[in-house]
Amino acid sequence: MDAVILQILNGLDKGSAYALIALGLTLIFGTLGVVNFAHGALFMIGAFCAVTLQKIFTLSFQVVDETQKDFLGNPLKVDMPYVEAWFGESFGGGLIEWSVPLAILFSIPVMLFVGYAMERGLIKHFYKRPHADQILVTFGLAIVLQEIIKANFGANPIQTPAPDMFRGSADIGMLLGFDANTIIYPYWRMIYFAFAAIVIGAVFAFLQFTTFGMVVRAGMADRETVGLLGINIDKRFTIMFGIAAAVAGMAGVMYAPINSPNYHMGMDFLVLSFVVVVVGGMGSLPGAVAAGFLLGILESFASNSTFKGYIVDFLYLNGTFTEKLIQGLDQIIIYLVAIIILLTRPRGLMGRKGVMED
Amino acid sequence: MLGLDKKDTALLLAVAALALFAPFILNIFPQNTALAFFNGGYPDLMQRFVIFGIFAIGFNILFGLTGYLSFGHAAFLGVGSYAAVWMFKLLNYNIVPALVLSVIVAGLFSVLIGWISLRRSGIYFSILTLAFAEMSFRLAYSVLTPLTNGETGLQVYSNDPQILMGENGVTSPHLFGLEMSARATLDLGPWEFTFPVGYYLCAILMLISLYLAIRIFRSPFGLMLRAVKSNQQRMRYTGLNPKPYTLAAFVISGMYAGLAGGLLACMDPLAGAERMQWTASGEVVIMTILGGAGTLLGPILGAGTIKYLENVFSKMNEALLHSWFSWLPDFIETPLIWVLSKFTGEGWHLTLGALFMVIIIFLPGGLVEGGQRIGRLITGRSRKASDTATKPAE
Repeated sequence: MDAVILQILNGLDKGSAYALIALGLTLIFGTLGVVNFAHGALFMIGAFCAVTLQKIFTLSFQVVDETQKDFLGNPLKVDMPYVEAWFGESFGGGLIEWSVPLAILFSIPVMLFVGYAMERGLIKHFYKRPHADQILVTFGLAIVLQEIIKANFGANPIQTPAPDMFRGSADIGMLLGFDANTIIYPYWRMIYFAFAAIVIGAVFAFLQFTTFGMVVRAGMADRETVGLLGINIDKRFTIMFGIAAAVAGMAGVMYAPINSPNYHMGMDFLVLSFVVVVVGGMGSLPGAVAAGFLLGILESFASNSTFKGYIVDFLYLNGTFTEKLIQGLDQIIIYLVAIIILLTRPRGLMGRKGVMED
Repeated sequence: MLGLDKKDTALLLAVAALALFAPFILNIFPQNTALAFFNGGYPDLMQRFVIFGIFAIGFNILFGLTGYLSFGHAAFLGVGSYAAVWMFKLLNYNIVPALVLSVIVAGLFSVLIGWISLRRSGIYFSILTLAFAEMSFRLAYSVLTPLTNGETGLQVYSNDPQILMGENGVTSPHLFGLEMSARATLDLGPWEFTFPVGYYLCAILMLISLYLAIRIFRSPFGLMLRAVKSNQQRMRYTGLNPKPYTLAAFVISGMYAGLAGGLLACMDPLAGAERMQWTASGEVVIMTILGGAGTLLGPILGAGTIKYLENVFSKMNEALLHSWFSWLPDFIETPLIWVLSKFTGEGWHLTLGALFMVIIIFLPGGLVEGGQRIGRLITGRSRKASDTATKPAE
């Protein structure tokens, strides 16, 4: 039982990332009808917002520290970040330490702007073109964004640690009445999950309870009629694109401490997020979120060799080639599920009728 | 000739002439001059031109004619490579069984994937093929290591059976004794031309592939494929089932990819899983579209352009750029080189992505359409007249 809970928890953080990216993808698809292959790149740009902010905070000059000596006996030169020199050690040091959470505030305007610029500058011109063209141009854009990041930040992953407070792990097993050290879960992943839940809730609440959201939902259902009512729906959809970009960006910022950002993380997540969207049902927001968590958890179960061992024992497959296939399941489980879902439930788990069914 | 009309014969002959004289054309600049940098006449590069040409011609039969955008064609390329290397391991280095098997295996593999993926269309089809290719890639790295040798890549070892090898067998890929790595060189004053055997073999196969593609484009079958692209519903109402036609196109393009993969292994007896990665699938999409999807010449043109630019751009480094622009005043040179250096060398993919976007945005018909537009400008013919005359085969 404790192992099951542990695997579910392990799946939650990756599932949160999938759900957030898939939510943004679906928002864009549902409003603008555009298949955005550059969405993974937005996730990556978000992560690099965290990197950038950390770099800005740790910009330093060299000072001579009289108390320390280097190996030649001269006074040692140490790096002194500007923020520590300006704001004092405690506040400046705190800024550096909290750079990842602060990067969320930094990333929201950046991502809103990136999303707005992308929609007005490029995607606007592709509404009337075939879906294949939309896929291709955003694919090209994803390559360009990714290479720009690579040119500026290099190809290696960059460490962006979480604040000290959230390092380490909690023993959740104790809370639930299991033995100590059975279910250990890092704090930051818990925060990631909570954060994802808040963001998803906020997006849904925004769409459900505000006038703006109501108009957007009406536009998703029937764009033409809303336009005929004298509402400038294009402008609202552009804003939704910005919001979707911001959601992807925030997901990226918060993911930076879990996985050190590198330039191809966007592409890695993009393929999976598309699979998530398709499994959830193209154009269905709850479907995207549910499928994101579901596939994250499935992947986590598939990567646990004990569970795979149970399957093998259960099917009497020990020592056969199939056993090896099952042992490699974690690599392909998501794709396999996607294929099965697409073939048995072509609309996905919660897909609406008539969406992308040419 | 050979059942082609005048225009297609001319096209085929033109491509044949280009392929035949490629070692001259690509090495047009004399050695030891600054411009020799732009030469592309090395065996390795020329082989890649034609091999990826085959890959793109095949992809075009699917994407250009039926409009189904597959994002997983690299899987067939990879499978073809693995099959060819296995033939080298089991029989001997003769390329005939290797190529035959790689085409067959890729064909069977594409029947399986196509049969499942073609149940859906549009974006779903793209994602299904993408999922299959990623699955193959992951499996090749992990579970199927006995078949694929994992990250090391499949290669021929001295203790492999090689049952047809004999005592003094040739120890590199060959066609009944004619080694692929053999080459003739011709020195003409400052010029130096290389004529590799491997390249000419690939070129001949490319011409055969192109010939078959032309025949498919002009056949009733090709017409059916175009009907699939323009309106499937209307096709169904006329009592035709589009599925077998699309599946046939999918399998044919998979076999082309398998042949290209087999040839890659014949030129260099190695096969790695990275050939199956989805970025590799993206590359063939880019090639086809850059050249012009749905046209006969486009894919070859696109493959050649991309591979040539890749070669030239990744060779450029800052020192070279400095030597080129040293005549400029410093305050212009430094920022210019800073900008250019982002696009060259390591940054080649940035150029590729930007080029691809420009093509998609401004020239959806690719280089072929660009050529036609320029041709129209020069000849000054009206748009209407030339549309009927030089309409691309789409």
